[in-house]
Amino acid sequence: MKTFNYHSAKDVKEASKLASSNSAFLAGGMTTIPSMKLGLASYKDIIDIKRIKKLSGIKVSGKTVTIGATTKHSEVASSKDVKKAIPSLAALAEGIGDPQVRNRGTIGGSIANNDPAADYPSACIALNATIHTNNRSIDAEKFFRGMFETCLKSTEVIESIEFSIPQKSSYQKLPNPASRYAIVGVYVAQHKTGINVGVTGAKSCVYNDKDLAGALTKNFSSSVIDSVKISSSGMNSDIHASSDYRANMVKAFAKKAVDAC
Amino acid sequence: MASLVGSRVERKEDKRFLTGKGRYTSDINIANQTYAIFIRSPHARAKIKKVDISKALKSSGVVDILTGEHIAQDKIGGLIAGWAIRSEDGSEMKCPANPPLAKDSVNFVGDPIAVVFAETLDEARAAAELVKVDYKVLKAVSNLGEAMNSETIHDGIDKNLCYDWLLGDRQKVKEAFEKADKIIKLDIVNNRLIPNAMEPRACVIDYNTASEEITCYTTSQNPHLSRLIMSAFGGVAPENKLRVVAPDVGGGFGSKINLYNEEIVCSWASKKIERPIKWVAERTESFLTDTHGRDHITHAELAVTNDGKFLGFKNETIANLGAYARVFGTVTPTYLFGPCATGVYIMPAAYSNVKAVYTNTAPVDAYRGAGRPEATYTIERLVDKAAMELGMDPIEIRMKNFPTEFPFKQTLVHQIDSGDYVAGLNKAKEMADYDGFAARKKESESKGKLRGIGVTSYFEACGIAPSPVVMMLGCGVGLWESAEVRFNPTGQVTVYTGSHSHGQSHQTTFAQIAADELGVPIENIDVVHGDTDKGTFGMGTYGSRSLTVGGIAIVNACKKIVNKGKKIAAKMLEASPDEVDFKNGEFVVAKSNKKKTIGEVAFASYLPGVRDEVKSPLPEGEEPGLIESSFFDPANFSFPAGSHICEVEIDPETGHVKLDKYTAVDDFGTIVNPLIVEGQVHGGLAQGIGQALYENAQYDDSGQLITASYMDYTMPRADDLPDFNLGFTCTKATTNPLGVKGCGEAGTIAATPTVMNAVINALDGKEISLPATAEKVWKACKEMKKSNAKAA
Repeated sequence: MKTFNYHSAKDVKEASKLASSNSAFLAGGMTTIPSMKLGLASYKDIIDIKRIKKLSGIKVSGKTVTIGATTKHSEVASSKDVKKAIPSLAALAEGIGDPQVRNRGTIGGSIANNDPAADYPSACIALNATIHTNNRSIDAEKFFRGMFETCLKSTEVIESIEFSIPQKSSYQKLPNPASRYAIVGVYVAQHKTGINVGVTGAKSCVYNDKDLAGALTKNFSSSVIDSVKISSSGMNSDIHASSDYRANMVKAFAKKAVDAC
Repeated sequence: MASLVGSRVERKEDKRFLTGKGRYTSDINIANQTYAIFIRSPHARAKIKKVDISKALKSSGVVDILTGEHIAQDKIGGLIAGWAIRSEDGSEMKCPANPPLAKDSVNFVGDPIAVVFAETLDEARAAAELVKVDYKVLKAVSNLGEAMNSETIHDGIDKNLCYDWLLGDRQKVKEAFEKADKIIKLDIVNNRLIPNAMEPRACVIDYNTASEEITCYTTSQNPHLSRLIMSAFGGVAPENKLRVVAPDVGGGFGSKINLYNEEIVCSWASKKIERPIKWVAERTESFLTDTHGRDHITHAELAVTNDGKFLGFKNETIANLGAYARVFGTVTPTYLFGPCATGVYIMPAAYSNVKAVYTNTAPVDAYRGAGRPEATYTIERLVDKAAMELGMDPIEIRMKNFPTEFPFKQTLVHQIDSGDYVAGLNKAKEMADYDGFAARKKESESKGKLRGIGVTSYFEACGIAPSPVVMMLGCGVGLWESAEVRFNPTGQVTVYTGSHSHGQSHQTTFAQIAADELGVPIENIDVVHGDTDKGTFGMGTYGSRSLTVGGIAIVNACKKIVNKGKKIAAKMLEASPDEVDFKNGEFVVAKSNKKKTIGEVAFASYLPGVRDEVKSPLPEGEEPGLIESSFFDPANFSFPAGSHICEVEIDPETGHVKLDKYTAVDDFGTIVNPLIVEGQVHGGLAQGIGQALYENAQYDDSGQLITASYMDYTMPRADDLPDFNLGFTCTKATTNPLGVKGCGEAGTIAATPTVMNAVINALDGKEISLPATAEKVWKACKEMKKSNAKAA
């Protein structure tokens, strides 16, 4: 690992001030640290935001669940409030990585990293999330830009993620047998305002599958999914799953999600 | 005293392992040590034009940098193949030189070229990045099937062919096939595996400038053999100036049988730089450079009659050796594979023909089961296919071809001393509720799932022996084992064994054996292994040999102790030695009922005298002390066998295979410790299931390993596995006094075909290649649905 400056920010303002195009915020470090160890990433400054109390915690209001950026997956998974308001979100958190990852990894880190196979981005899409940073609030649909890419500026700190509580929802994933990241993960959520189908793992970036959402809007049942055509073009292909298999698994797991709703 | 052999004694090792107190190589630190980082080839095949270390040498903290040039100047020898195999035409096998550091060419990604020694690990890493190697990259030979038609990797080795070996009689097979009603044919790929021991390889070397002795702490399954090779072939130091210690070792599975480049290089370099050296592999280095396993392409045929009798078998295999031939690399696909390929059956005619070829991939060597899993997979898939094509039940066809009398002369080599294959399969059938399968299948179908059942009957040949035979077949060493049993004057016993425990629990099982033989409480017995300075020479642990060979050496050494003890006791008890009986730790003279405990005899043997009287308890001519050693060379291999049955449930929507039930019935002869044996079976099954469903090492066309981390190489996990249902139908081995057979590899050998037979059964006989990943199974389900629709 190359040398770097380590800072422990006392508040968001300081964290933002220390940040530059050659820095990284450190929360759980589940991606940042291995990337640095493997020489895939190097930074001049590492800004630790774990001590900023304000960034951690779970709040449930009537219509939304707001989760602080440095809240750990294990905290979301075991939160009674989340389990009650959006059980599928707690279940998603319970299925991330392994206990070690869940006890360190954070929701803010996951969505800021925007790994194409990460679980949380699909929840943001399906649950009409708003990502609150130190200077603005961003709709999830606009937040995720591409592979490992978001609209965050280098000095911008995610403070919390606010999820709309759906009428019903379910997240179902086909885990990569080796890494247990999603080969395909489908998050189906029915809101009063409409249906979202957040899909992760399948393409270079999480997306809302409008075709599936459209079909489910007409008839919320797994049987309508068979009639939806999902093209394999643009789907990821690797040693674990071809694009054709992924396209089919989007359907298969959408059906499972609808059945589990 | 009740016998300890056969009882579930808790492991002596548990306390230190479960509380994190194991002492592994990387736990060892020596004052003033330097840290080594190896510079490895990023190319699968290239000529080395130039290695420039000038800039790196000036880097902070660098002690020295050594290259292939330096090691060649010092005439340090390289790595070797342990078995010489002859081709069918009588010619000797062809092996390339494998220098510890490459000088002229590199032949797989990870092949080491140079090594940096620095004051800290970070400094070593930083300097390693400054070593500039100029390569001329050549086209890699990475595809096994095309290797013989590709460019020649090693000068003088045409077609990249190491040997073209035959076992059996082609003419007899031809005649048998002419008489057949049906010929069953099968093409299979036995997928390449990476052993993935939990503890990565490591070595810590300490050169003593005063005594000029090198101590090499290393992660080895056989430290004595490592010392022998390093001394005799490497020329690193004479054996008496080289001590090899393999302390706690966190798993080997065959990958730590070999002596590796790093141990030779660091041992040589420690003397050169006069500093201790520490090297610990990173996980990526383990993936790239540990020896891999399996990797065969096989075409096999079985000639049968319409009523399911086997008439003949042929096996044409191409085996991947990787870039170089290593210790068990050449024997694994020949004598460990070919003979077992006819399985547990009466097979009137058979041959196995194996072409072993070089490719630009990591060396392939023994991996748990070594050759026998590949053999068993071949025959057991073929037998299932035969049952299907003949419309027979898989159990019925097996029963029909089992031998029922033992000793059984197996077709190609082995004389199997004992066994009862019928009893094993019957028990497995009953335990697995084979007859209830149809109902369970129906139930799965009602949920939209497919269900399959798979059967395997296997035997394996382990504890390779006797030495004159193995050396006649080409082995470079004898495969006996040694033991030394030392009584301390105060009555505790230390057992030194040449076997090595890296998960096998010898400290417990060997102590159980010695406790029974000597009548000493197990708490008073210590088992010492893994240090060339402690105990006699040894051949190490692999091929399920420790108990059947090493364990018997302990028994024999204990018997010598008792014999000497009898003579001493006789004099002490004023009787003749043949009037003394030894039982439960006591020497007893029946007629007088006088007795001495073995502890008293041991004490007397060390302190042969009494106050105020010139009197020794030692008989005339008997030396003081109670220490005996034994070298045991068995009369034959041991032949564990068994039948396994499993059931899988497949989700046709996703292709996910759920392993639902697994029943294993094994014959391991006398079982010393059922608790430990069950653990061995569990671990073995997990690895065999891993090969069937998850594990698959893959190289791309340019020879890059694309499964070089746990992000891409799938290991089986606890939640992938069902509760295992274990049973035993043991028949005692007749080739050793305990009646024991090996048990370490059996689970792995049987599990892969059992699971695949079940998957293929669920798919109505549709062939699928290893491993049965979800996507492959999903595709097969889709095609099945199509053809079913057509049929309807």
